Amino acid sequence: MRWVLDNLDVIAGYTGAHLVQALPPVLIAFALSLPLAKLANARGWLRTSVTTTSGLLYAIPSLPLFVLLPGLIGTSVRSPLNIAVALTLYGLALMVPAASDAFRSVSRDVLGSATAQGFAPAARFLQVELPLAGPVLLAGVRVVAVSTISLVTVGGVLGVPSLGMLFVDGFRRGILAEIAAGVVLTAALALIIDALLVLLGRALMPWTRQQGVRSA
Amino acid sequence: MTSFLEALAWLGDPAHWSGPSGIPIRTAEHLGYTVLGVLVAALIAVPLGLYAGHTGRLASLSLALAGAARALPTLGLVTLFALLLGIGLGAPLLAFVILAIPSLLAGTIAAVQSADPATVDAARAQGMTETQILARVEIPLGMPLLIGGVRGATVQVVATAMLAAYVGNGGLGRYIFLGLGARDYPQMLAGSLLIIALALVLDLSLLLLQRLTAPRGVRAA
Amino acid sequence: MIGFENVRKEYPGGALAVEDFSLEVASHESVVLVGTSGSGKTTLLRMINRMVDPTSGVVHIDGDDVSRLDPVVLRRSIGYVMQASGLLPHRTVEDNIITVPVLRGTSRAQARVRALELMETVGLDVSLATRYPAQLSGGQQQRVGVARGLAADPNILLMDEPFGAVDPIVRGELQLELQRLQRELRKTIVFVTHDIDEAFLIGDRVVILRPGGIVAQVGTPQEILAAPADDFVRTFVGADRGARSLHVERTDGRDVVVDADGRAAGVLEAGAASP
Repeated sequence: MRWVLDNLDVIAGYTGAHLVQALPPVLIAFALSLPLAKLANARGWLRTSVTTTSGLLYAIPSLPLFVLLPGLIGTSVRSPLNIAVALTLYGLALMVPAASDAFRSVSRDVLGSATAQGFAPAARFLQVELPLAGPVLLAGVRVVAVSTISLVTVGGVLGVPSLGMLFVDGFRRGILAEIAAGVVLTAALALIIDALLVLLGRALMPWTRQQGVRSA
Repeated sequence: MTSFLEALAWLGDPAHWSGPSGIPIRTAEHLGYTVLGVLVAALIAVPLGLYAGHTGRLASLSLALAGAARALPTLGLVTLFALLLGIGLGAPLLAFVILAIPSLLAGTIAAVQSADPATVDAARAQGMTETQILARVEIPLGMPLLIGGVRGATVQVVATAMLAAYVGNGGLGRYIFLGLGARDYPQMLAGSLLIIALALVLDLSLLLLQRLTAPRGVRAA
Repeated sequence: MIGFENVRKEYPGGALAVEDFSLEVASHESVVLVGTSGSGKTTLLRMINRMVDPTSGVVHIDGDDVSRLDPVVLRRSIGYVMQASGLLPHRTVEDNIITVPVLRGTSRAQARVRALELMETVGLDVSLATRYPAQLSGGQQQRVGVARGLAADPNILLMDEPFGAVDPIVRGELQLELQRLQRELRKTIVFVTHDIDEAFLIGDRVVILRPGGIVAQVGTPQEILAAPADDFVRTFVGADRGARSLHVERTDGRDVVVDADGRAAGVLEAGAASP
């Protein structure tokens, strides 16, 4: 505890850097997954290959990917951008199959009747298909967010600032409290973002709320 | 591209293929850590998952814990246990097991619960005992999902086994951390390529196993 | 013989499925429990093979209180056919049929011979033996379900809306097939349905249930149609519905039976008119 209290500024700095690396990949992966999933769902074979590729991409451990990317795209091993690109790839590996399932979970009858009522394709997508795919999409984003926040720490061994630095520094200097603080903070950050996503989901999709006693 | 050529040259160097820190030994160590970690985790998670999935007891609690455990940072656990337990395989093994359990537990519960309740009800009404229902109906029908849990756990442990090298153990992670310390990018890249190859071979093998264990009557549908 | 003595079933949480039910089913008799959802008919059926244990009261088979019997042994001695057949999707037709004999220790080879006989008995082509359930039509699946129920040659056959999931034409065929089977095999059958026409077709006796497992009337189809116990039964059997209220009209020298809406239902053959 003493270490934590003495180093609040360091911790705050790392937490900020952590979020800066974690959040953009989650958002970008989400945004890109929607068109990619729609595209994949249009063809059965494409969907199968996208799902398989995503599974294999996700099987690649993070640190080797952090090391590999600079050779491919010219980023620096120690740059946050390098980490963010890798995390976006993982995000896509998780989110594209999830989004594909989400769109498939929407009943064809509902889409058919929306078309019959005269929804134009874009309006049908935005007002019918996207909201109905919402719950499964939300479940996907939650997994991506939790996984991304946890993965950011691995960049610590390469010297990229994040809460992962607490593990590297704590291990090198033998400070147990520093590592423990890092574990707790990383997990807490993941759970807080997860809780915020659940709240956001409730606000955006009021029809998915459990019927409570008050509404009965 | 030159860095890839240098990494390939590193991999082609016969000196890196022999001795106690040669590629075959490091690969065997990495594979050994992974198998050991997944096996110990399976001994804990599979029986618990079978019980929770079949009886419905503890199922939501198990799944909530498994979900929360996914938020744990692997590097944090590995370094924490290394400080607590000292140098050796004990610390990383504890981390492997903790990180492998969520996938295995969730996969096993999902596997058991994937059988149609009507099918299970009919099996019970025919006079199957609870053990027979589990062994002859629920497990065979859910086998691909169970293997899926093993796949997820393996992915997780292969990645974590690499960090074991960070706290002084062997495995393919050694090359990355040696290269990092010596600013030897070709060696880091070569180590990374080896780990990626190992991870993909393991994942593809389990994917194949997953396809092969899908019950025939269900695939025919 | 199957007997229910003052059985009652309350589910945890207080839902009352069956209030107080008594009935005797004679050996070789087919009895149909008919009622809407919530009448407790399936609960009553499942008490016979201890898939449900009554909160109070006794169910006995040939004088033995079933609560004293091991449920697994009991279930293996009773055939059970359910809606959507509940076949094991990962086992072939043949292996599904021999489930119970194999559980009871019959050798697989011996049980297979019996499976092929049974397939013929229920009107299934034996070439289907190696198919999986998903490769069969709904009607064929139900026939496999019946064959499986008969596989251990049980004295008692429990049937829980077995034909509820198939289309009306196939359902008609299966009902006729069951009548034929029952004439040959003379099992004690307890059959559950919500369809009164099916009940009258299958049952030697029919038990009409109100919600909560209360008996509205027990009797042969003729007795119930001739003298409905009350308005509930009258409405349930559709006695005042056009199709059940028939009269004879003389047309072209023959007696034509006509329903209340004036639709012709059939021709009365000579001699059949007198009671």
